[in-house]
Amino acid sequence: MGGGRVRIGVTVFPGSNCDRDALYAVERMGAEPVELWHADADLKGVDAVIVPGGFSYGDYLRPGAIARFANVMGPLEEFARSGGPVLGVCNGFQVLTEAHLLPGALLRNTGMRFVCDRVRVRVEATDTPWTTGCEPGEELTLPVAHNEGNYFADAETLARLEDEGRVVLRYLENPNGSANDIAGVCNEGRNVVGIMPHPERVSDPALGSDEGLRILRSVLVGAGV
Amino acid sequence: MKVRVLVRPKEGILDPQGEAVKGALPALGFGGVTSVHIGRLIEMEVESEDEVDAMCRRLLANPTIEEYEWEVVG
Repeated sequence: MGGGRVRIGVTVFPGSNCDRDALYAVERMGAEPVELWHADADLKGVDAVIVPGGFSYGDYLRPGAIARFANVMGPLEEFARSGGPVLGVCNGFQVLTEAHLLPGALLRNTGMRFVCDRVRVRVEATDTPWTTGCEPGEELTLPVAHNEGNYFADAETLARLEDEGRVVLRYLENPNGSANDIAGVCNEGRNVVGIMPHPERVSDPALGSDEGLRILRSVLVGAGV
Repeated sequence: MKVRVLVRPKEGILDPQGEAVKGALPALGFGGVTSVHIGRLIEMEVESEDEVDAMCRRLLANPTIEEYEWEVVG
């Protein structure tokens, strides 16, 4: 880490709207926030990347479908495939599934309504860089705000995710019809995590809670800080 | 040439938009509607049809949840 602060990149696509919150949360974590512009094919040497929420490219075609081909995604995919910690939040989760860095897809909520709420989730896997600071089974209250949060994967993939302990967060009360109450999953290498809830929105007691830092700060544990 | 691509949810994938419309039709007095599925129609002008299938697989449809078909229409 070069002796300095851990540097955490936050991608910014046209239509991202949680990038400022994520950059703020990174500052709150005690790390150095680095903005990663969608048109730059460069990760600026960051130690971890957050793909934030929002409506990248207006959610045109499908959420995440266009963002997945932005310039910054080339080096991001390379970073992810070489084991670098990547967290996709909400639209970021959708982008990572479209990029095939995570399995499955996020469908329209079963209730046909945009869900904006605080939900209880349980941390099911603590062996990822984004949950290693949590206790196994720890319950967190996190905000959700999405129209397509209904996690879908075919039966074989779901069974595999469960067998391999790759369900990272699970809803205690399912807000969107998500398969197996899944709120977040990780890739096979466990370094890429996608979650629908927004930890960056609860990163400061002034926002009502800083429980989100339980997740975000985990990446510092992995970085040896 | 003009190509028309039809993308729709795979069979068995929940289609809440279709379900909502199916529920709305009887409310307007239209009876006898037993299923509604909502997809997406994409029309493109292309110089050749050679890469249309690749376009469908890589961008226009998400094979995890959607199926597609396409035809040259003019």
